[in-house]
Amino acid sequence: MSIESQTYDELVEISQRYPEKRSGLLPMLHLVQSASGQVTAEGIKACAEILEISEAEVSGVATFYTMYKRRPVGDYHVGVCTNTLCAVMGGDLIFERLKDHLDVGNDETADGRPGDSATISLEHIECNAACDYAPVMMVNWEFLDNQTPESAVSVVDDLRAGKPVHSTRGPKLVTWKEAERVLAGFNDGLADEGPSAGPASLVGLKIARENSWTAPASNAAGTATAVADTKQAAVEQADTSRAESETLAEES
Amino acid sequence: MTAELVKTNQVTVTIDGIQVSVPADTLVIRAAEEIGVQIPRFCDHPLLAPAGACRQCLVDIPDAGNGRGFPKPQASCTLPVAEGMVVNTQATSPVADKAQQGVMEFLLINHPLDCPVCDKGGECPLQNQAMSNGQGESRFAESGGVKRVFPKPINLAPQVLLDRERCIVCQRCTRFADEIAGDPFIALVERGAQQQIGIAEGVEFLSYFSGNTIQICPVGALTSAAYRFRSRPFDLVSSASIADHDACGSAIRVDHRRGKVMRRMAGDDRDVNEEWITDKDRFAFVSTRLDDRLTHPQVRDTETGELRAASWPEAFAVAARGLAAAKKKVGLLPGGRLTAEDAYAWSKFARVTVRTNNIDFRARPLGADHGAEEAAFLASTVVLGAPGAGAVTYADLETASAVLLAGLEPEDEAGTIFLRLRKANRATGARVFAISAVGTRGLAKVDGTLLPTVPGAEAAALAAVASNSDVALDSHSVILVGERLAVVPGALAAAVELARSTGARLAWVPRRAGDRGAVETGCLPTLLPGGRPVADAMARVDLAEAWGVDAVTGKDGLSGSQILDALRDGDLNALVVGGVDPADVLPSGGVDKKLRKALKKAFVISLEVRSSEFTELADVVFPVAPASDKAGTFINWEGRVRSFPKVLDHPSSLPDVRVLAGIAEERGRSIGVRTPEQAWAEIVKVGPWSGERAGFEAPASAAAPQPAAGQLVLASWKQLLDDGRGQDGDEHLRASVRPPVALVSAGTLTSLGLTAGDEVELAGPLGRLRLPVAVGEVAEGVVWAPASAPGASVRHQVGPAGSAVTLVGGTK
Amino acid sequence: MTDVLTPVLTDDWDAAQSWKLATYESRGGYGALKKALGMNQDDIITAVKDSGLRGRGGAGFPTGMKWSFIPQDNPKPKYLVVNADESEPGTCKDIPLMMATPHTLVEGVAISSYAIRANKAFIYIRGEVLHVIRRVQAAVAEAYEAGHLGKNIHGSGYDLDIVVHAGAGAYICGEETALLEGLEGRRGQPRLRPPFPAVAGLYASPTVINNVESIASVPSIIAHGAEWFASMGTEKSKGYGIFSLSGHVANPCQYEAPLGITLRKLIELAGGIRAGHELKFWTPGGSSTPLLTADHLDIPLDFEGVSGAGSMLGTRALQIFDETTCVVRAVLRWTEFYKHESCGKCTPCREGTWWLTQTLTRLEKGQGTPGDLDLLLDQCENILGRSFCALGDGATSPISSSIQYFREEYLAHLEHGGCPFDPLASTAFAIEGANA
Repeated sequence: MSIESQTYDELVEISQRYPEKRSGLLPMLHLVQSASGQVTAEGIKACAEILEISEAEVSGVATFYTMYKRRPVGDYHVGVCTNTLCAVMGGDLIFERLKDHLDVGNDETADGRPGDSATISLEHIECNAACDYAPVMMVNWEFLDNQTPESAVSVVDDLRAGKPVHSTRGPKLVTWKEAERVLAGFNDGLADEGPSAGPASLVGLKIARENSWTAPASNAAGTATAVADTKQAAVEQADTSRAESETLAEES
Repeated sequence: MTAELVKTNQVTVTIDGIQVSVPADTLVIRAAEEIGVQIPRFCDHPLLAPAGACRQCLVDIPDAGNGRGFPKPQASCTLPVAEGMVVNTQATSPVADKAQQGVMEFLLINHPLDCPVCDKGGECPLQNQAMSNGQGESRFAESGGVKRVFPKPINLAPQVLLDRERCIVCQRCTRFADEIAGDPFIALVERGAQQQIGIAEGVEFLSYFSGNTIQICPVGALTSAAYRFRSRPFDLVSSASIADHDACGSAIRVDHRRGKVMRRMAGDDRDVNEEWITDKDRFAFVSTRLDDRLTHPQVRDTETGELRAASWPEAFAVAARGLAAAKKKVGLLPGGRLTAEDAYAWSKFARVTVRTNNIDFRARPLGADHGAEEAAFLASTVVLGAPGAGAVTYADLETASAVLLAGLEPEDEAGTIFLRLRKANRATGARVFAISAVGTRGLAKVDGTLLPTVPGAEAAALAAVASNSDVALDSHSVILVGERLAVVPGALAAAVELARSTGARLAWVPRRAGDRGAVETGCLPTLLPGGRPVADAMARVDLAEAWGVDAVTGKDGLSGSQILDALRDGDLNALVVGGVDPADVLPSGGVDKKLRKALKKAFVISLEVRSSEFTELADVVFPVAPASDKAGTFINWEGRVRSFPKVLDHPSSLPDVRVLAGIAEERGRSIGVRTPEQAWAEIVKVGPWSGERAGFEAPASAAAPQPAAGQLVLASWKQLLDDGRGQDGDEHLRASVRPPVALVSAGTLTSLGLTAGDEVELAGPLGRLRLPVAVGEVAEGVVWAPASAPGASVRHQVGPAGSAVTLVGGTK
Repeated sequence: MTDVLTPVLTDDWDAAQSWKLATYESRGGYGALKKALGMNQDDIITAVKDSGLRGRGGAGFPTGMKWSFIPQDNPKPKYLVVNADESEPGTCKDIPLMMATPHTLVEGVAISSYAIRANKAFIYIRGEVLHVIRRVQAAVAEAYEAGHLGKNIHGSGYDLDIVVHAGAGAYICGEETALLEGLEGRRGQPRLRPPFPAVAGLYASPTVINNVESIASVPSIIAHGAEWFASMGTEKSKGYGIFSLSGHVANPCQYEAPLGITLRKLIELAGGIRAGHELKFWTPGGSSTPLLTADHLDIPLDFEGVSGAGSMLGTRALQIFDETTCVVRAVLRWTEFYKHESCGKCTPCREGTWWLTQTLTRLEKGQGTPGDLDLLLDQCENILGRSFCALGDGATSPISSSIQYFREEYLAHLEHGGCPFDPLASTAFAIEGANA
C-alpha cells in the first residue's frame, strides 16, 4: 500500500518535532500503522527517505518493538496480560478462552464472520503496569481492568457486533488505526473522557482520608545527612545490579 | 615528540602479574596482547568501534587504578587502561575463566556445531576459541536443549550469503557496513534470541566492500557465493600478493589449490589498505581461467590468412621479421595493467629494439592535446615521487586538514582511498571537496562537499578554489587529481598552480594497477625509465650508458591517440599492443572503419592474456601471464613499491618481459633481461634520474566547450563494478553492479519535462542508449551516466565524458 | 510522628477532573514552578540534594547529585528525559500518576529542566498506555497555553519545550541508555558506558534521565522545602513513595507512605491476604528483585532494609502471591518475559534466557532432574554480572531466590510428574465460582 501524500507530509512533520529528525522514527512508524494498518515496505521506504537512513536501519527498528505489526491486525487488537501476576490471577485462562472463542493463535487476526462490523486480533502481552487491576486486558492499548473469561468474551463479541465498548479507565474504544494516530502524536480530543483513576488506585487515599492521615505540614523538619553526598558513597548505597550508569565504578 | 611527552602518554598496568606500559587509551584486551596474553573475543575488532556485545573477553579487575576493583568481570574490549590498573585474565583468575567459559557455553548452545560441513571450519575463531577456552561436553545437549533453527541461508547480496543459525550476532558485519563502508544496508533486525542480521525487504546489501564482512565474520555465518562449499582452509596454499584492479596497491592474500585460485582475501597492511579491499579485488579473479584464455602463440598463416598455432620460437621469429620490415614506423601500446618489470621491458623494447619513442601506456581518452599536458605533468610532478620522498601517502590523507578531489571519484576509482578518506572524516572531521559534476554517494559518505563543475570547466574550478575561503587549502591539505583530468585542457596545470599557491600537496591517482609503474619505467613518448626526460640529451646519454647501447633516440614520440591516428593515416606500419581496447584510446570513443582497415593492413603483435578484438586483427599473438602467474611489482598511486611473488605456475603463458626478450633477441637487439627478477634488478641499477626534471609549461587553458541549446554536457566515468573484462566469470559479482541511470539535477529534470523513473534516450556523438532517469546532486546542464555499465556502455554507444548530448523522454 | 500514609502525589487523585490544569492550579499547582523560577538554579539542585530524594525508578541514586553531574561548562544543549516507560512486571505507579495528575509531572519537568539549564525535555512514555499518553499530551498543551511552558516562562526569560514521545513496546527501554536509543529512533539496545548520559546522553549532549515519580516529587520539595521532605522516611531513604500492592490481597491498591513502611502494615491496610489464604511469596520491587517470603514481612521497605534481606526495594512493586500459586510457574513465566524482552545485544542474556526457559519448562512439566536446579543456579551465575546491562541480572533474580526458598516445590514437580497446583485456584475469579 503506497503512502499517501498527506501521510507523507505528516511523517515529515513528526520528524521536525525533534532536534535531530531520526528521533521521529518511533512515532513515524506508529503513523505508518495508522495509515496502512501495519508496517509496510512502502512505509519503511518513506521513513528511510525522510530520515535519510537506510531501509535496513528502519527495518531493524520496526522489528525490534513489539507494537509494530508486520501483518494486518484487527480493528480491535486485544492484548491479554499473561505476565506472572495477571497469568496467575486469571490471564492465562482468559487468553485460552479468547483463543478458543476467536479460533486464533497468538498475534493473529480472527476471521471476520458474516454480519460482523469489526475484526479482532489477539495477542498475549507482557505487564502493562496495571497489576492492581489484574487480570488486565488491553484493547487498542486502552485498559479493560479486572477481567474474567466471560467478560473478555463479551467484550470481543460486543466489538464484533459494533456495540460501543468503554475502557474501564478511558473513553469508548477507538479503532486500532485511530489509536496508532494518537501514539504518533496527533491529538484525538478524548483526553477528558474516563475517570481520574480507577478504584484500586484510590483505595489508599480513601484510607488516608478516613484516618485523617496526611503528609506533614510544611514546617516539618528532617535532614538527609545520612544520604550519600559523594559519588562513590552514592554508588555504594544504590542498588548495584540496577541502573548501571550510576553504579559503575569509574576509574576517574 | 619529546621524551617527557612520550612518558606522560604511557600508562603502566599489571596484567596477570606482569607490568606493561602502553599508550593511554589502549584497551585492556590489546594491552594484554603486548604481554602475549590472548583474551578470547568475537565482537572485538581493532578497526571497529568497541561494542562489548559478545562478553567473551571478560576479565577480572581487582584494582581499576584507583584502589577499588570492579565488583564484576569487565569486558576487556571496551575498557581502557588506567595507571596502576590490575587485570587478571583467564590465565590467572578463576572468576575470569569461569565467566569466559560461561559465555562460550552460551554461544554454543544455539550454534549448529556443523564444523565438518562449514566453510569456516579450520579457520574459525569460534571453533578455535571453543577448543582453547571452552568445555568438551555440552550441558545444553545433555539437558535436552532444543536449538534455535532458521530456514535456509539467505542472500544479503548476490555474492554474500548468511546462514543465520551460525551467526553469533557479534555485529562485526553491521558495524563494518555502517562505520567503515558507510553502507548500512545490513542491520540487526528482530530482537532477543531471534535477533539476526537482515536487509530491508527487497533492498540488498549492495556495497563495493561487502566481501569484507565475510572475512571478518568470526563464524561461518557469512559466506561468499563464489567460495561457498568449494574448499577447506587446510587444503589451501596462501600467498601474499597485491591487488591488480586499481592503483591502490592493496595487500591481498591469494588462496589457491592445485593451480587454481579459490579465493582472495584482504591482506593486513596498515600503511595501505589496513584490512579491507573492494569486492572487485576480492571476487574478480576468475576471468583468467575462462575459455578464452590464450594458451599458445599464434601467427597469421600467409597462405590462409587465418591465425594458427605456432611454437614460441616461430612466433618470435615472425614478430621480429614483421618489426624489421616496419622499420621504425612502429607504435607500442602496452596498456596500464603491467607490472613495473613488464612495463620496463616494453619501455626498453621500444627504445632498444624498435628504436622509437612511440609508446604510451594510457589506454584511455587523452583529449585534444593527445595527452601532452598530462605527460608533461607526469614527467614534472609525479614521476619519482614516493613515500618518504615527499609524496602524499594514505597516512597523509588520514591527517589532512582538507582533501580536494578533481577528476576522481574515489569510491569508484580508488576504493582504498575512499575508505581512508571516510576514516579521516569520521575521526577528525577532515573535510573533503570534490570538483565534479556530481555529488556522489561516495562523496556523501565522506561528508564531502561538491564544488559543482560542468565537465570541461575543471581548470577554471581549480583556479577558483584558491580564493574559496570555505575550502581553505593549506600545507596540511592534499589535492588528489584523477586521470580523467587529462582530457581537460589546463586542468592539471591549474592543479599544479593551486598546490603551489596554497602549499597543499598534490598527488595523481590513476585507475589501473600498472599505470604508475608505467610512468616510472618510461612507457610514455616523452619519458624514459627513472624519470629521464626524452628531451634531455644528458638523460639519454646516461640511459644509453646504463643500457650499454650507442644511443637512445631523442626523436619525438607519438602518444596513444597519435599512434592510432598514424596507423589510420598509414604513417605507421606496425603496432605492438598489450590488451588495449582501441575504442578506449580514441578521442571519438569509437573505432572507425578506416582504422579497422588500417589495423588489418598493419603488422600487429598482440600480447594478451585472453583473446580480444585485437586477436583477430593481429599477425602474431603471444599469450602472456596474468599477475597471478608471475612475480612482479605494482607501484601504487603513492609511488609505493608493491612487489608480489608468483602464485600459480602456468607454463602456457609467459610474462611480457620474456616475450619481448624473445622477439628482441630474434631481431638481434636484445633488451638484456628475460625475467621479472632480472628486470627489477636492472630497474634498480638504472636508477632514478638525478639530473634536472622536465619542466611543466602551463598550456593555454582553453575555454570549456559550451553545449548548444537543448544539449547537455555528459559527465561519465567507469564505476568500480562494470563491464570490465577482469570481472568476467563471476556472475554474482556482476549481479551487484549498480543499475545504470541517467542522473540529472531536479532543475534539469523539470526543464526537460521528465519525471524521475522515466526511461529516456541519451544521445551523443556515437549513438544513443535508453536509460531510466534519476535525480541527484548534479551540476545544472549536465547529465551523468556510467561509462561502462554491462549492456549499457555509454562510452561506446553514446560518447566520452564531455560530449554534448541530448536527453529525450516520453517514449516508455 | 509522621502519619502511616502521606498522600502527596496521590493527594489529588480523587479530585474531579484531576488531570485538568484548572483542578491542579486550584490546589496550588504550578506554585512551585513560579517559586523555582525565582531561585538560583544551583539552589534548586542543592534543595533536591538536601531533601535526600533518591531515584524512584529502582536504583535509588540521589536525584540532586545526578543533576549536579551535568557539566554546565559544556557548550552543548542540555536535555531532561523522563523515563515513563514503566514496564517492570508488578510496577504500576507512574501510569496511574500520569493518568490522574499529569500536571504534577509537567511541573516537575519544568522545575527540573530549569535547574539543569535544559531548554528541551522529553517524556518517553511506553506506547501501550493510550489514555495516559492522551492525558500527558493534553496536560503539556494546557501548560503551554497557560504559559507554564514555551518561551519566557512567566517572564523569567527561561524557555522550555516538552515533547511527549510514545514508545513502541520494549521493556529494555526502561534502561536509560536503551531509552535514549529509542528516543533517537534506534533499536532500544543499551549503550556502552562511559560516556555516561550526564556527559554524553541524548544526541551526545549532557542529559539527565529521571523516573516519573522522581520528577513528580520535585514540586513538593520546592514548595515545602528539603527539610519537609527529609522529615519523612528513614535515615538513608528519605521522603514518601508510592507502594503498589497487587495480587492476592483483599484490596489491591496504591499507598503513598514514607519509605520504611513494612509489608505487614501495607497488607493490613489492604484488608489482609484474600480471605482464607496465606502469604507465600512476594516481590518487593518488581520481578527483577529477588523474591521474599512471609519471613520478611517486617523488614522496613526502604533501600537499606530490603537490601539487607537480600533483595532490592526497586519500584516498590509489591506483587503478593498466596499458597495457591505455583512458584515454578510464576518463575517460568517471568523467565519467558525476560527471554521475550532480551534485546539480543549480549550473549549471556540472549542465550542464557533462552536456555533458562527451556530448563524451567522441563522442570515445570516434571520432566527434569534434581540436577537441573544446580544447572539453573550455575546458568544464573554465568549471567549475573556478565551481561551488558541489568536486564540479564534481573532475569536471574526470581530463579535463584525461588530455588533458595522453594527448592522443595521444584522437586515436588519432579515427584508429581508435573505441576501439583490447580491454576484456577489462584485466579481472581476463583472465589466467585467463575470457570474458564
